[in-house]
Amino acid sequence: MTTDASLAARSHEENWLPILELAVEEVFEIMVGSRVKPVAQSGLKPDGGFTAMVGLAGALCGVLTVCCDAKTARQVAKCMLGDTADSEEQVVDAIGEISNMIAGNFKNKLTGTDDRCMLSVPTVVSGGEYSFHSLADGGFLETVVLFEGTPIAVRLQLNK
Amino acid sequence: MDKIRALIVDDSSVMRKIVERSLRQAGIEIETVVEASNGAEALAALQNNKVDLILCDINMPVMDGLEFVRQVATLESAKGVPIVMITTEGSETHVVQALSAGARGYIRKPFTPDQVKEHVLPVLGKKP
Repeated sequence: MTTDASLAARSHEENWLPILELAVEEVFEIMVGSRVKPVAQSGLKPDGGFTAMVGLAGALCGVLTVCCDAKTARQVAKCMLGDTADSEEQVVDAIGEISNMIAGNFKNKLTGTDDRCMLSVPTVVSGGEYSFHSLADGGFLETVVLFEGTPIAVRLQLNK
Repeated sequence: MDKIRALIVDDSSVMRKIVERSLRQAGIEIETVVEASNGAEALAALQNNKVDLILCDINMPVMDGLEFVRQVATLESAKGVPIVMITTEGSETHVVQALSAGARGYIRKPFTPDQVKEHVLPVLGKKP
């Protein structure tokens, strides 16, 4: 698989969604120690306790977000760190690093994109009372996985 | 194996803990771990600490991992200390840049303790 102009169109033509899903599954299995699978998205949306964002620039341009409720974020951090994960700072760090690894794992699977695409340092928003307006206007890929019974939404918004 | 002194450089404190745990899971005995959240902090840490191994991320604020590796190569005090990159950057370009700058190993995130063992033990002169 190679990259060219019109990545957003290609993401649909080449069906990048399974690649995104695989990137998510690998990160959770290896780094969190939990097997997650994509679920049908009807009605299953996280409450939005934490939203981690990583920007992509270069050959692949857009933003990847990982959204889950606060309890789920704490549980993810606990799985990564053990019982020492007790502060909000560690929870934020953990969920930010998950988003970073998903974005990196995803771009590394797209041959020809990986060395021409840079990732930003993650940003994490806590709380759900916000509206998300991305200037990446080329459509999106989204998968929702169940982690210990609660949904985590991973969305890749692409520039045209 | 003798106990080692490790410098772990990553802007995520969670990742620094996971890297340390992975070293232990790989059977590497650790005497001390020095942590730094970017290349500049790591260079400062090397002024006051002798280490046997450096594990370093690439994408970090202030000073990234590739620049850190280049700077370490000029330090007499860190001569011969093996550096293994642990990063989400997986392209061949990054691997070549890191190895050219002086890194001895390269691990892509996400990583398993087995991958840490496979890449770190050889640079410590041990069989994986």
